[in-house]
Amino acid sequence: MKITTWFKTKISGNNFLLFITIAMFILMYIAGLVIYSDQGFGNMQTLMNMLMDNAGLIIAAAGMTIVIITGGIDISIGSVIGLVCMMLAFMMEKMGMGAGASIAIVLIFGIIFGFVQGWLISYLKIQPFIVTLAGMFFCRGLTAMISVNQIAITTNKVFLGMANKNIKIPFGAIVNKRGIKLYPFIHPSVVIALITLIVVWYILKYTKFGRSVFALGGSEQSALLMGLNVRRTKLFAYVLNGFLAALAGFVFCLNTTSGFVEQARGFEMEAIASAVIGGTLLTGGVGTAIGSFFGVLIKAIIETYIRCNGTLSSWWNKIVLSALLCFFIVLQSVFASMRSKHNS
Amino acid sequence: MGTNSNNFRGGFKKLTEMRLFLPIVALILVLLVNIIKTPTFFNVSIQNGVLYGYVIDILNRSCELVILAVGMTLVIATGGIDISVGAVSALAAAICIRMLGSSYDAYAVPMGISILIGLIAGMACGAFNGFLVAKMRIQAMVATLILFTAGRGIAQLISAREIGGKMVPGQIIYVRMESFKAFGGFLPNVVVPTPFFIAAAVVIIAYLFLSKTAFGLYIQATGINSKAGRLVGINSTLITFLCYVICGLTAALAGIISSSRIYSSDANNIGLYMELDAILAVALGGNNMSGGKFSLAGSVIGAITIQALTTSLYAMGVTADQLPVYKAIVVILIVSIQSEELKRWLNSRSKKNATIKVAG
Repeated sequence: MKITTWFKTKISGNNFLLFITIAMFILMYIAGLVIYSDQGFGNMQTLMNMLMDNAGLIIAAAGMTIVIITGGIDISIGSVIGLVCMMLAFMMEKMGMGAGASIAIVLIFGIIFGFVQGWLISYLKIQPFIVTLAGMFFCRGLTAMISVNQIAITTNKVFLGMANKNIKIPFGAIVNKRGIKLYPFIHPSVVIALITLIVVWYILKYTKFGRSVFALGGSEQSALLMGLNVRRTKLFAYVLNGFLAALAGFVFCLNTTSGFVEQARGFEMEAIASAVIGGTLLTGGVGTAIGSFFGVLIKAIIETYIRCNGTLSSWWNKIVLSALLCFFIVLQSVFASMRSKHNS
Repeated sequence: MGTNSNNFRGGFKKLTEMRLFLPIVALILVLLVNIIKTPTFFNVSIQNGVLYGYVIDILNRSCELVILAVGMTLVIATGGIDISVGAVSALAAAICIRMLGSSYDAYAVPMGISILIGLIAGMACGAFNGFLVAKMRIQAMVATLILFTAGRGIAQLISAREIGGKMVPGQIIYVRMESFKAFGGFLPNVVVPTPFFIAAAVVIIAYLFLSKTAFGLYIQATGINSKAGRLVGINSTLITFLCYVICGLTAALAGIISSSRIYSSDANNIGLYMELDAILAVALGGNNMSGGKFSLAGSVIGAITIQALTTSLYAMGVTADQLPVYKAIVVILIVSIQSEELKRWLNSRSKKNATIKVAG
């Protein structure tokens, strides 16, 4: 009895979409196990690869979740990530700077960029999509200004060490043909991503700032009347998002170890899709960082399907993800209209 | 003396508050810079039987943008935005060119029909956006983001060419027939470029449609307050939907002109960064970015200004990849100037100064 009421309260609220997502992930994983069992889908390493390939997206989606909860949006992050990769590559390869200093500079850049966007949005009250659209083109253009050619990071030992270090996981090992036990491994990027995810989850759930973000997203008017500093909260949300975008760029760069103009194009869409699929309402006020993490996993599993299939081209990635985003926002919209009917 | 300066100030204020003040000043500014740099800027001559000159070049190349700006103006007037226009352009162009096929002597499908199908595809994309925004009430930004990302992917899949007996997607498809060139080039024995006629026709049709019917008024009512509009009997859902369909149509038309210019379909580059240019044109045209009142003339002048700016920046040695930096800065400057908050802040500052002077 108690379990059913607990289940009802959990499921009737806004968590319902998150439940669909988690159920969908489990179903897709099982389907993958059945269909692609011959390609090692069931290995622990496949799951770890999903995390490694999408470490940047996990961070970016967490940042996007914060912004969407405030009722805003940020479509500049793909370009910010591209720019950050290019900056890192340029500073380390062409200017011979150390890895630590370069990383610090790009993170500070992310904070400043987030501050400018946030200031325009919260203090000048310009619509977020116009500001971040301009930001998107600004960063993409700036990337081209630094270099139109691809710069590969090949000389910086510290950075490459970070990128290629394998952290072994002590369970889920498989035995290969020669009888050697192979433990699954992850790169440090996954560790950074998961720590960031937990920090963002904690900030949203247990800090004053996190509470203000939800209040602001629920109703800006009420938040103002409650005495919250709406402008500052919004500004801080965008600053945090800018920092997370730069961090995501750094992690992304650990994966690609290069910078080029077209990098991370369409990444903003992946981050928004992950957040939405994970149960974040686009109208603001509802969402969790953990939900967005599951959104990323869904995207990762689609990618793995397409890779395992082998005959589908990489454009299908974007098309399928867009279709999924479309499906989920329509679902959200249907839920919202049902709820408003129910209330009235 | 005091009244005089007040009069002057009032007159100046009236001038700056005129709708077309911003776009016209911006256009004059860009033209001035150009004429200082190249004194032969306004020279127009006839070479090889067609008009030739800097001004003609700018006007010719601005045609796609003018067409797009018409659709974008309507969408923004309803309080929305469409960032998928570039991708829709590429998609419509890919469909049109794939239909035409790449052969030297005959089209696979007659040109009229394939262009029509391209336009219908654009309208279908617009209808998709419109359905999500108007019917499902999803933020325009996110709804159009779907096609913004997927559109080019679909265009790549459509741009398939037979290589070694297999259809390989993601190719540049060339058209080998001369007559398709006319669409984005010149008609025989006509000195004025064809896109110019198309753009003029689009603007005139849109203007007549908006001024002679109540549609323009309905759009404004929807943009200012869609709920109030609905209460007085305006079907704001349908109005918004139609605006997105029109925007899709204009995007498709612009895409087909672009593909005719380059004589091929290039899913990666047709309409690239066009969405920013179109939004910029609308913002520069003095339109309210949060919907409501709009000015078609402003957007058209805005579009020509943007193209003049683009051409001038190219002439100064800025590459195509770097161009968005300058445009992004211009967008932010324009919307900041239009921002009510900034005006209020400046007003309160000047008032404070005045009281300090009185007190002193």
